Amino acid sequence: MIKEVAEELDQDDDQQGMYLTFELANEYYGLWIGYVTEIIGILPFTEVPELPAYVRGIFNLRGRIIPLMDLRLRFQKKFMEYDERSCVIVIDVEENTVGLIVDSVSEVITFSEADIIEQPMLSSGVSNQFIKSIGKVGNEVKLLLDCDKLLSNQEIEILMNEKDERYVDEMVL
Amino acid sequence: MTKNFENEPMMEVYIFETTQNLEQLEQVIICSEKNGGFSPDDVSEIFRFMHTIKGSSAMMLFNNIEKAAHAVEDIFYFIREQKPEGLDFSAVSDLVLECVDFIKEEICKITNENEADGDPGDLIDSFNLFLNELRRIFGDENPQSRGQQKKQQYYIPQEKKHHLSAAEVQADQEPGKGACYQVIIQYEDDCTMENIRAYTLVFGLAELVEEVYYLPADIAENPQTAAYIRENGFEIYFKTELCYEEIKAHFENIIYVEQLLFREIDEQRLDQFRQKIQEVKPRETFALPNKEFSQTDTPKPVIACSEDTQKNNTGAAQKMISVNVDKLDNLMNLVGELMITESMVTQCPEVEMIQSENFHKASIELHKITVELQDMVMAIRMVPLSTTFVKMNRIVRDMCKKLNREVVLDLYGEETEVDKNIIEHISDPLMHIIRNAIDHGIESETERLAKGKEKAGHIILEAKNVGSDVLIVIKDDGRGLDKARILEKARQNDLLTKPVEEMSDREIFKLVLLPGFSTKESITEFSGRGVGMDVVTKNLEEVGGTVLVDSEMDRGTTITLKIPLTLAIVEGMNIRVGKSRYTIPITTISESFRPDQKDCLMDPDNNEMVMIRGQCFPILRLHKHYQIKNAETDLTKGILIMVEQEEKVICVFADELLGQQQVVVKALPNYVNSMKKILGLAGCTLLPDGSISLIMDISGLTGLRVQ
Repeated sequence: MIKEVAEELDQDDDQQGMYLTFELANEYYGLWIGYVTEIIGILPFTEVPELPAYVRGIFNLRGRIIPLMDLRLRFQKKFMEYDERSCVIVIDVEENTVGLIVDSVSEVITFSEADIIEQPMLSSGVSNQFIKSIGKVGNEVKLLLDCDKLLSNQEIEILMNEKDERYVDEMVL
Repeated sequence: MTKNFENEPMMEVYIFETTQNLEQLEQVIICSEKNGGFSPDDVSEIFRFMHTIKGSSAMMLFNNIEKAAHAVEDIFYFIREQKPEGLDFSAVSDLVLECVDFIKEEICKITNENEADGDPGDLIDSFNLFLNELRRIFGDENPQSRGQQKKQQYYIPQEKKHHLSAAEVQADQEPGKGACYQVIIQYEDDCTMENIRAYTLVFGLAELVEEVYYLPADIAENPQTAAYIRENGFEIYFKTELCYEEIKAHFENIIYVEQLLFREIDEQRLDQFRQKIQEVKPRETFALPNKEFSQTDTPKPVIACSEDTQKNNTGAAQKMISVNVDKLDNLMNLVGELMITESMVTQCPEVEMIQSENFHKASIELHKITVELQDMVMAIRMVPLSTTFVKMNRIVRDMCKKLNREVVLDLYGEETEVDKNIIEHISDPLMHIIRNAIDHGIESETERLAKGKEKAGHIILEAKNVGSDVLIVIKDDGRGLDKARILEKARQNDLLTKPVEEMSDREIFKLVLLPGFSTKESITEFSGRGVGMDVVTKNLEEVGGTVLVDSEMDRGTTITLKIPLTLAIVEGMNIRVGKSRYTIPITTISESFRPDQKDCLMDPDNNEMVMIRGQCFPILRLHKHYQIKNAETDLTKGILIMVEQEEKVICVFADELLGQQQVVVKALPNYVNSMKKILGLAGCTLLPDGSISLIMDISGLTGLRVQ
């Protein structure tokens, strides 16, 4: 499966409207293909302390050290043990390279402009704030992610503050 | 003013060379000022630097810089020719340094890809005033005729006509159709890049003439031809329909021409010359566009005669090359990765099973070479501190002048080498420390004499290697730091973190390094605003260094900067906590031990302590601090590692020691850094098995749990 998708990635130069779709807790998401640099299986990673739980740690990709983000945890869904279908999608957004852990990758879909609904009216759930638009394929819809938001740290500060307080308690020992 | 940014490599070289020239120039001036005057050598050296700057600036079309440099050159030309007695050296130095600053600023603008738009007008005016004054005082024996006229032909190309008319122009004056000419050009001695100039010339000529041949022929590709041209001149033969006057005018507009031989020849000689070129160096002959020219393939050595001259002229220069630091960084990364991969291969269990002796010999050899390679790369990145140290001379000089103080700066150990990145970080701190020493430390002359000290203050700037660190000591013999005033000031600004009685002298002195701290009542141009000294701490922290302040009333202050030799490689101890691995820099570790139950105690605040040889040290449980699961929690089953940084000691509790190893420090990914600065982590590294270990920042940790 991974191989097929990877091949598809190589084939097309014109990336406009092309999205890599993947599955996460029975929902289907899409990532604009321009961000994706590669798809790999789960590699051993090193935990880094004091980071939000959705950053699982860092891993070594041929000498590059890349942070690993569990998308389930990022979207505040239930954690699932990684299995052989779990994948890491490595994305490059501006200066950041991040690996995203997803349940499984599906395929690359090309949406025509008419199929993409910008600024969907979604309820303000945690995962919905990362959705940029919605792509229609037949009867199904794919949630297209906003990578900038995914990597932005705005809401982290709030999380970290809570965490810090907890640390203070523990530090007193 | 047109900018030449399509010409990037040339621009880079220009910036690099000019900056270097300026630095050297500054040194020469300060040096000669110290010696109480310009020696003839100094004068010609300064002249030469300015001339080079002028020349290259003119070539890059930075007219403002050229003009400024030209003005300085004028003065030194006067000094060189007239050798005036009793010249006001310091006034000259001031002027020149002012000009140096101006050019530096312009260069800075150019580097940032801005227009070099500074106006040297005022500067040049003051130079001209000064020069006129000089002329008036020292008088020119024959000011108008000799000095003036010679100057004109030397500097101002537009007015070269007088000169040229005197030169051998043996041309037959009849302008004819398709006349042939021979031109031999001798460039000025030090205009440099003769071959490029010659090339531009030929290129410009190509539009005017029908055929053109020249010697040496491979000016465009072969920089060595510059030396040849310098020696023998540049020979051009061409055929044109333009009349003599037009062609002559074209040649008269070339800059930096020392001598121009220009004559009309008959077509036969042109043919002869063409044949000569074709015979001698057919391959190098340069065929101009739309002029067909045969290119045969007999390879022949390029201008054999230039080899010897070149050795003499540029031998020294050829040994040095300048390399972009980014490339070095990349090389460094690659070598780091090579080392890791090498140990991954040789330490692979399957490989270790191989019985072949040859294989093991080869792998030992491989290891040796990779280590040597790494040492080599490290050595390339090492730069002596001398340039940074010498820059301080200028600061001392300027401040002494402004504050009317006499201070002697002594430099020791400036040949000590430090990693390039580190040098960049310590130049600012050094500057601030020295400024402070002069402004606050060294007393005024009368005060010094009253105290029975020498009239001139002394500042010693010393660098030395101590283990894997470099110590930079800045020592002055001024009034020293006033403990009471520091404490009072700190109390006012609410900078005290603990009771005064508990503070050691060093801790009190260290307060002066805090931001916003200044005991100086008045703010001067140089210091007193309370910014500055905190730069020292900040910059040093960035490179993992520390600052120590010692002081004695009326005896002076000593500030010691302790910096690591390099940032990139650390000798580390790998430890394990749960499944995670951490690396502690070995230099911070004093000892490691497994404590007895009876030595572990709790203080009243429930902080864990361990007692060793009658002393108590705080314990930091890494698993607790970093919330690591499945780690050893029993102190007597794990191991305590005693680490020390900045005189603070703490015992770190880990599961076990994994062994000692040189590790290449890598930064944590951007994304992680942007999220949070994790206290106690300095970076990460790859272990031989490909996994990642986190490198600990001990000063961050000791700050967490110290009595």
